[in-house]
Amino acid sequence: MLRPRIIPSLLINEGALVKTINFANEKYLGDPLNTVRIFNEKEVDELIISDISATTNKSEPNYQLISDIASECRMPICYGGGIKNISHIEKIISLGVEKVALSSAAINNPELIRDASNILGSQSIVVVLDMKKSGIFKNKFRIYTHRGKKLFKENPINLIKKIQELGAGELVINSIDKDGTRTGYDHELISYVKEHIKIPLTIIGGCDNKYDMKSAIEKFGLLGLGAGSLFVLKGKYRAVLIQYLNTKEKNFIFSSINLI
Amino acid sequence: MLYIINYGLGNVRSFYNIFKELNIPCKISSNKEELKKATKLILPGVGSFDWAMERIKDYSLIDTLHNLVIEEKIPILGVCVGMQIMAKSSEEGVSEGLGWFNSKIKKLEKDTKLKSDYILPHMGWNSIKILNKESILDNIQDSYFYFLHSYYFDTVDKNEVLALSNYGVEFAVAIQKDNIFGVQFHPEKSHKQGIKILKNFANLK
Repeated sequence: MLRPRIIPSLLINEGALVKTINFANEKYLGDPLNTVRIFNEKEVDELIISDISATTNKSEPNYQLISDIASECRMPICYGGGIKNISHIEKIISLGVEKVALSSAAINNPELIRDASNILGSQSIVVVLDMKKSGIFKNKFRIYTHRGKKLFKENPINLIKKIQELGAGELVINSIDKDGTRTGYDHELISYVKEHIKIPLTIIGGCDNKYDMKSAIEKFGLLGLGAGSLFVLKGKYRAVLIQYLNTKEKNFIFSSINLI
Repeated sequence: MLYIINYGLGNVRSFYNIFKELNIPCKISSNKEELKKATKLILPGVGSFDWAMERIKDYSLIDTLHNLVIEEKIPILGVCVGMQIMAKSSEEGVSEGLGWFNSKIKKLEKDTKLKSDYILPHMGWNSIKILNKESILDNIQDSYFYFLHSYYFDTVDKNEVLALSNYGVEFAVAIQKDNIFGVQFHPEKSHKQGIKILKNFANLK
């Protein structure tokens, strides 16, 4: 039986771990390697690590940090940030990362997905889309790059279809509107994309607790359940606390669906 | 000495750190002269079949591996695509595999009447059913392991199968033929149960 994955999503800025709200209001959390060690102890399903400084600073991925994280991790990692071409992807895989997440590079040059999945296999190529509602009436979902600052004008569904045809192995959909708000997953956004997605889908943004996770898979079936704040912050003062769900809480989340 | 084969594929340092914590001496190497000293070998893997075989060729390791594994019967554990390249060929590519198993790697979806639920890649934590509790699966429970693949090892000889999993089709996830072992999941990324498998392998007599 394949279980839904419950995935802490960690942000790195200039080598430090941070957490944002709506992609802004950055809060410093600490050292990423310490956090990885704590997540090892807690037997986390998987980690998504995004370097949010790399693309915006137009810099290459921080290979030393990626290598340190990958060798420390006892669970699989998906790394994204600053990846622009095949040689970046090959290098990161050789450092021991299971999955490479492409975002603005894949959105602006989808052929990169084909080249990467031909060489490394679809299973290692993930595409991350940051989405929020936009337009005058804030009624249309759109894809953004560069930490939510740059609008990608094309229809998101067309791009989602193209990404899959080119061989992506997983889609991660990040809700900018929900990021850090802890008001539950963006069901409207998931409904909007889900029927067009035939590869594993992971959602991030808004998750506050196990009930949010349970209701998402009750409604949408097998999903990767990503969360940031829930696993790194506690309470209304947003104190730093690295935590994860225990077996009982996980079983509660899975109890409502028939695992395949 | 246990050697982790470093051919630019898979998390060699994760294996290294696990063995170090277990106080099991090990080295990472891609040098064929050095690998000749091995008494155990780990062949890691993340990536596609052809990519993996190309890297093995880049490091001129094919003859060395054949000699160590087939002639000298050094125990070897292949992980994920490191296991798959022990077969003869794969539907994923055109390269010839190492051919230690008379098997072919097939795509998961072709043999299954797939419901839309069984999307590929097969990604995440799936349960395994252990058939043979000896050797590397000694003291391992039927528990969850991390999988990341779209192709599976289609075993010809059922006696080679140590454990099965199911994802639309039942397929071998741990195999053994004499001194040659393979696991489809990632023990180095599967927490305690995975570490136990690596320990069992290292302790094989």
